[in-house]
Amino acid sequence: MGKFSEREVLIWLNTIYVNNSSILKLLDYFPDIREILEVDSKLLFKLPGIKREYIEKIINNRKPYSIEKIFERLGEWKISTITCLDEEYPDSLKYIYDRPAVLYYRGEFLEEDVLSIAIVGARKSTAYGKWVCEKFAKELVNLGVTIVSGLALGIDAIAHRTALENGGRTIAVLGNGLDVRYPRRNLGLYDDIVKQGVVLTEFPLGSQPLSYNFPQRNRIISGLSQAVIVIEAKEKSGSLITAHHAVEQGKDVFAVPGNINSIYSSGTNKLIKDGAFPLLEIDDLLDEVVTLKDRLLKIKRDKIDYSELSETEKKIVDTLKDGPVHSDLIAHRTGLDIATVHSVLTILELKGIIKELTGRTYSIS
Amino acid sequence: MYSKLNTCVLQGLKGNIVEVETDLARGMPVFNIVGLADTAIKESKERVRAAIKNSGYDFPLSRITINLAPANLRKEGSQMDLAIAMGILISNGVVDYNTSQDTVFLGELSLDGKVNSIDGALPMIISLRELNISKCIIPYDNREECGVITDIEIIPVKSLKEVVDYLNKDLIINPFTRVENPSQKENYYDIDFSDIKGQEGLKRALEVAAAGGHNLLITGPPGSGKTMAVRRLPTILPNLTLEESIEVTKIYSVAGLLKKKELIKERPFRAPHHTSSSISLIGGGRIPRPGEVSLAHNGVLFLDELPEFKKTTLEVLRQPMEDGEVNISRINASLSYPSEFMLVASMNPCPCGYLGDPLHECKCSQRDIQRYLGKISHPLLDRIDIHLEVQPVKYDDLKTEINGESSSQIRDRVKRAREIQLDRFRRDKIYTNAQMSNKLIKKYCNLSPSSEKIMAQGFKKYKFSARTYNKILRVSRTIADLAGERDITDSHVLEALRYRSLNINQWG
Repeated sequence: MGKFSEREVLIWLNTIYVNNSSILKLLDYFPDIREILEVDSKLLFKLPGIKREYIEKIINNRKPYSIEKIFERLGEWKISTITCLDEEYPDSLKYIYDRPAVLYYRGEFLEEDVLSIAIVGARKSTAYGKWVCEKFAKELVNLGVTIVSGLALGIDAIAHRTALENGGRTIAVLGNGLDVRYPRRNLGLYDDIVKQGVVLTEFPLGSQPLSYNFPQRNRIISGLSQAVIVIEAKEKSGSLITAHHAVEQGKDVFAVPGNINSIYSSGTNKLIKDGAFPLLEIDDLLDEVVTLKDRLLKIKRDKIDYSELSETEKKIVDTLKDGPVHSDLIAHRTGLDIATVHSVLTILELKGIIKELTGRTYSIS
Repeated sequence: MYSKLNTCVLQGLKGNIVEVETDLARGMPVFNIVGLADTAIKESKERVRAAIKNSGYDFPLSRITINLAPANLRKEGSQMDLAIAMGILISNGVVDYNTSQDTVFLGELSLDGKVNSIDGALPMIISLRELNISKCIIPYDNREECGVITDIEIIPVKSLKEVVDYLNKDLIINPFTRVENPSQKENYYDIDFSDIKGQEGLKRALEVAAAGGHNLLITGPPGSGKTMAVRRLPTILPNLTLEESIEVTKIYSVAGLLKKKELIKERPFRAPHHTSSSISLIGGGRIPRPGEVSLAHNGVLFLDELPEFKKTTLEVLRQPMEDGEVNISRINASLSYPSEFMLVASMNPCPCGYLGDPLHECKCSQRDIQRYLGKISHPLLDRIDIHLEVQPVKYDDLKTEINGESSSQIRDRVKRAREIQLDRFRRDKIYTNAQMSNKLIKKYCNLSPSSEKIMAQGFKKYKFSARTYNKILRVSRTIADLAGERDITDSHVLEALRYRSLNINQWG
């Protein structure tokens, strides 16, 4: 049985419905997970913390053709996989509690997806929720942020749709297998996301949208994102679970305040009461989420069109790359005289490349 | 038994001839002074009596009447002592003197017969020269101050006895003339621009402000070196010309602030404390005396901690800044003093001072900040061409920064820029770019099409007012002058845009 790789074994374990936490434990027990295919059954049963039913599943399915069949099917559906043993495994998921051992996805991950924000909300939404969701999703997409959501009806769908319509990136995290098209109404959206983003799940092919899958997948939604925005949520809602995961993972939670009479806003209002940031405008978020701000700055910096700048302008922009600098220090570092620095700073400001902060400090805008 | 002598009283900076008539008559020995004299003059009776006696002359035992003419002019000051004493001595026959209309006696007497120095000697001499007086007898200690006026004979005297001997031709006193020209000697300062570490932006702004005479506002947290830098501003200002020097000395002489009793050569630097009243700033009193704005004439008025000044105090500055002179009216006199000064103000960005400081936390509420900044009105801000924000210098900069330029290097550039301006404004009756009116701005600040475009862009980006537009043009002109260029170029405009005054509402 030595012809399979470690990652293939992981996928096999996942496909035979060994639950995620058990897979992670097995990874701890076996330095090389492939041993599991040959190890003595008695020893497996002795492993602590793993339910008997999973061990039985492993023993019953230790046949080479069962593993081969899995990859045949994945190939049919053009589904890519990524496991926690792979180098491409997203950094953002590496350190979360109960990290998914295996992910199945369709579409393509891009480097810019590192910069992502989750937008979640109720399945049933009001006109207000729709408006807010469209507004923020659009603003985030314009900033180059990838929108992460759960492909559910309501707010989730609006967030995905808005991202796509504005030419942005979006990631949908499902609570079922990629071959199970659920919810039916979002079929078109599913296909569109595959073209312009990623549809992702930790559940193997054929998994049904069981109610307990969804809270579980919510940790991936918050894990992939720098922050979570809850647009509208009732008092007991999956969105609040996502918010809960986000807090556990050390991410900021933003909630859109709503009318106190509205049951659709009772969850978000309660979140605010419990300490979530009220999201009134997108700047609230940019101010709080430092990584996002820095990344945006860096992306902008890298995007500056150097070909249109003169030599001195380039010099000055270079000094600002690592953050805001006072004009005296710019002069000191570039060796230019202060009069020149002042006039070049004005040109750059007029061109919209840099901006002045308080006290003659300048940064890339 | 009658004599008539001339002396002088001041009204503001203008001197008026006063005739001292003395009559000795038979009768009960009394000593009366008539002719609207103030207390200092009434008291001169006692000084004159003692001085005459202690100089070894007899005080006449007769009815002495002194009349100060014209009788309707209010007289003040102690400079009439000498004329009164001499009047008595001439009438008494001690002095054989043919009273001459073109000689003026100035000096205060002490009881032992010494002639003490007086306030306002220089403005008196200048006015007397215009009134065709050819000879002045003045206290010895005032000679340096008065020596700059060359076409009037100045006889410095030390005592009453010397005057008597001089008039009796027993003693020859040579008219005093000074040899050196004050503006040729470089002033010496024990502070220098090279003391300022880092702060290139601030130094440059001070240079531009000095070159064009622009008003300047510096904002920054405590310890950012605002005050230190501004105190060095006089060291880069060009020396006073002789005319300016005389104007300044006149004012200081009237105010009684001429310590060394000689011509002032350094540009005045006045830094009134923020508890100063509007009167002390503008000038005033029963007979108005010059205030800080006039004492800063041809120099710098530095208001440290600008928002700490009372709002009303700041508002009175507007008129003198606009007109270059200040008119003060009181019951007894209505006077005007010149006040062409360069305003330099410094302030913290908020009451605690640390707003925007990278190292300290600001503890002020938004309301505190608004109230603090609100003390500075827009009309006042409108009169400030250059606005600069500074940050404290970091320790590393203090250590590593090589020494900057010295004051004399900067002063040379400033001087050249000022010369260009003087040449340009020959016919316009102004001296600096900061004084340009809108009409003159149109005349002298032509922009090339590309600079126009920059201004238009800036106008859109920074949303400044038409007044700010003119300020930027003025500053651009100065920057061009500093560079020695005839036309304003793009880079001059761009630099000037950096120094534009910020809208106060945008702070904080």
